[in-house]
Order: sequence, then C-alpha cells, then structure tokens
Amino acid sequence: MQQAINGIFLGSIYALFAVGYTLVFGVLDILNLAHQAVFMLCAFAALTLVGQWGMHIALALPLAAALGGILGLVLERIAFRPLRGRSDSNISGLISSLAAATIFEAIALQLFGPDVSRFPFGSFPDRPLHLGHATVSALQLTIVAISVALMAILTALLRATPLGRRIRAVAENPRAARILGVDVDRIIAWSFFISSALGGAAGVLFGLAFNSVSPDVGRSIELKGLAVIILGGMGSVTGAVIAGFAIGILEVFTVARIGSSYRDAVSFAVLFLILLVRPRGLLGQAATREA
Amino acid sequence: MPDFLLAYQSLFAFIGINGLLALSVYCTLCCGQLSLANAGFMAIGAYAGAILTQNFHAPFGLAILAGTILPAVFAVPLGLPVLRLRGVFLAIATIGFGEVVRLAFVNWDYTNGALGLVAIPQKTGLWTIWLALAFALYVLGRIRGSRPGYALEAIREDEPAARTMGIATTRYKVSMFALGAALAGLAGVLEAHLTFMVAPNGYGFSRAVDMLVYAVVGGTTAFYGPVIGAAFLTLLPELLRGGGQALGLAPGPLRLFLNGAILLAVILFVPNGLASLPAAMQIFRPRRPPRSAALR
Repeated sequence: MQQAINGIFLGSIYALFAVGYTLVFGVLDILNLAHQAVFMLCAFAALTLVGQWGMHIALALPLAAALGGILGLVLERIAFRPLRGRSDSNISGLISSLAAATIFEAIALQLFGPDVSRFPFGSFPDRPLHLGHATVSALQLTIVAISVALMAILTALLRATPLGRRIRAVAENPRAARILGVDVDRIIAWSFFISSALGGAAGVLFGLAFNSVSPDVGRSIELKGLAVIILGGMGSVTGAVIAGFAIGILEVFTVARIGSSYRDAVSFAVLFLILLVRPRGLLGQAATREA
Repeated sequence: MPDFLLAYQSLFAFIGINGLLALSVYCTLCCGQLSLANAGFMAIGAYAGAILTQNFHAPFGLAILAGTILPAVFAVPLGLPVLRLRGVFLAIATIGFGEVVRLAFVNWDYTNGALGLVAIPQKTGLWTIWLALAFALYVLGRIRGSRPGYALEAIREDEPAARTMGIATTRYKVSMFALGAALAGLAGVLEAHLTFMVAPNGYGFSRAVDMLVYAVVGGTTAFYGPVIGAAFLTLLPELLRGGGQALGLAPGPLRLFLNGAILLAVILFVPNGLASLPAAMQIFRPRRPPRSAALR
C-alpha cells in the first residue's frame, strides 16, 4: 500500500514530464531532447524565486512554468522553425534540440554551479497524513493533485477548445490543416509553449519532492520520459499518462523488492521490450517502421 | 618543432582519440542512421582492454584487438532488431543501450563499480593513436568509392528504394553499426591506456553527444569530415581559454556552451558540416545541382 502510494507519486511527475514530450512529438514528429533542460532550468528558477527572493512557492510554481513556456517558444524559434521543410528535419531536429539542451545546461552550470542546490527549509509546510496503514505527506498529495489537475486541463484543452482542435489537426496532417485555414506555425509554437510549461512545472514539482536540483537533474528523468512515451505510444497523451504511472509504480516496487541499484534498469527493460515487441506502444497509432 | 609537439602531446593524443570516436559515429550516420550507442561500445572496449592488461598482463596488442572486436560482437545482436526501427526510435533505443552499459558497469563489483579501474598501465603512445586513426580513415576511404559505398549512399538517400534495387539494406546497416562499435571500442582501449583509468561515468549520455557533435560539425558527406570536426572542437577550448578567463567564465560551462552553439549554427547554416565549406565558398563556379542534406 505504502509502495503503491509512492509509485503513484513518482509516476505523476514522470507522466507530467512525458506528456510535454509526447505532445511535441505528436505535432511535429520530432523528439525534443531539450525538454529535460527546460525541466531543469525551471526547477532552478523556482528555487531562485523561493530561496533568494523569498517568494511563496504557490506563486513561484506558475511563474517558473510560464518561464518554461517562454523557453519553449525560444526553442521552437531558434532550433526547430529554421529546419522545417528540410527533408532531413527528423534527425537534424533531434540534433539541434541536443544543441539547445547543451546551451541551456551550460547556462545553468555557469549561473548555479555544478553542485546540488536545495529549497530553503520550510518553504512548503509539510506534515504527514495517515491513510490506513500508509503514510502520505501533504507535499506528496499536493504534488499528485497538481500534476493530475494539469494533465486533466491539458486533456480537456485538446478535446474541447478550438486551440486543441487545431493542435490535433496539425498533428494529424499539417498540410491539410493549412489548407483548411489553420495557422500551422502558430499552432506549433503553442504546442511548444504548452509542452515546455508542463515540463517546467514537472521540474519544479520534482525539485520540491526530492529537494535537490543540479544541472544534470534532467538527465535521468529524460531517459524515464523516453521509456514512458515509448510505452504509452509516441504522440499519445493518454498513453503517456497511463505509462507514466505504470513506470513510476513499477520502479518503486523494483526498488522495494530487488534493490535500489536496479531502479533505472526497469525503465530501460521496458523501453527495449516495447521497441522489440510493439514499437507503437500501448496506445500509439503511427507506423514506426519506414515503408 | 619537437618542443612544440612535446608541449602539446596530450592535446594531439586527444585529437586523435576524438577523431576515432567521430568516425565511429560517422559509420552509422553515413547510411542515415542516428545511433547514440557508441559511448556504450567505447566503455565495453575500454573495460575489456583494461582488464586484459591489468589483471591478466596481456600484451597491449592483444588488448587492442579484444577491445576492438568485443564491442562489434555486442553490436550485431543489438543492431539486428534495433536497426529495423525508424530514425527517432533508433536514437531512443541506442540511448537506452548506452545507459544499460553504464549501469551494468556501475553495478559490477569486479570492475569496482562506480569508481572504475585505476592505475591501468600506460601503453598508448601518440603514434599508436595516429596510426589507428590513419587506418580507420583508410578503411572508410576505401569503402567510399566502392560498391558497398554506393550501396550505403543509396540507403541514406532512400532506404525503401535501395531495398527495391536489391541492396541488402539490413546487412549493410548492421555491418556499419558493428564497424562503428569497433572503432568506438578501439578509441576506448587507447584512451584507457592513455589516462590510466576507466570509470562508468566517463561513458554516459554526454559522451555520446560529444561524439555526435564532432561528426555533425565536421560534416558527414566526406569521410574525413568527422576528423576535422573533432580536431576543431578539441582545439577550440584551448584557443579560447584566455578569452574565457578574461570574461570571468569558468572553462567547463564555456566549453559546453560553445559546443552547443557551434552545433546549432552548423546544423542551421552549414548542414553538410565544416568539411563542405571550401566547396560552398566557390560561388563563382558554375552551379552544380544542389546535393540533398546529409542526414535524414
């Protein structure tokens, strides 16, 4: 029971991170490897706002997420838009996002140093709650609530608003969407904004949850995120949510049963297995093999 | 001149090793596949070689041979299923493989876990590295104009079409994947016996990205492009060290930032890499039909 709760808690952060990944992939068919750098920079931004400016975390979280969205717009403008329409945009986009990630990491390294930074003590009022035999901290509960709420908002946005309809149209077929009068460039920019804002929010929550932020914090979650979107099916938001919780829970149980040194092995085992057996994932539809 | 060589000996050694690594990425890139597994292959080669010379006192030649062949042996069964996957999925699968290798070494007690092996005998000389690099260049240069070379180009340009023409695409792709793994392993052995140590964290994701950066910045339309990229990016931090200090920037972040900025600039403005610049400069020549971009 306790393990399941911890798994859901971890999974909610993975899912929130991966949803942003999969959104951009669904729309552009490009893997944005700078997503983890946005995640990391937003965690640092929230840390600076809370730690040095003395801001309340409830205000710092949306501000940091907004910063993430803006970083996403910058990313789209400098690393993705210039490549659009090139025949090799699939791989060159991946490389240019790696370049952007490197630049972001260098900036974080210069500004915050290579060491682990922490939120000041008591920046989030925390107390344990008892649920049957299990213990949940108020912080954990809040984090799960926030990420579930954000993912629900995203789903609603994609399903029911004009913007969401346009995003889905562009994901389906950019040319047809353009013919029908959708401003494709603008929709792509919007998806980057949303994706990166969610990734940034995940970064802040991650920083709060484990209370340690360093310039390479994005690395491990990047690989978890990849496993999540592969399991869920590339481009499928619902799939990413389900897979995020699944991998979080699986990971916690592995640590409890087998040992913590195999924590990361879980996601890779899942990743390989899915790629070999069912490359389109649980809910994916796109053909993953060329011709 | 000998003084100059002596003073910058380690710099020249690292240019050679990075050149080998860049060529190992080129092997897969030149048939249109983006693989990030080469840091993992490098680790396998480095550990294999180091264990042989340190624990079994094997001759260095044998260590080099084992460190080159073993990664290729790992590459074939990995490549067969993984190379069927489309570009992005291949990148993800190979990222995963690299991490698995790193974690395996972290958890392996025989190799001291995360601390790695230290006090490996120093056997690599400058000439060994450059001989290896010359050999790799020779092999890749020979492939270039040959029948298999044309087959690889066809695969890069349009894989389904190449298969329709009767080219055994999978066999070529797996062979090049294994060749890349062998070169990465070779670079791993040489580096291990140059720096006396191997540790799992030296072969992580960022190492794989570094190699990719060398190859892409140098350009992959010519087989010597990756070496140019490696040389350029290895020299650059040394040249700019004074300037960075003057601006009060730490060398680590500065190097990282430059790597990223140069990679971005190259992929946006010179998609065929630095090696293609001389040809691109000759604007007064009659225009040839534009070649398609190197990566797909």
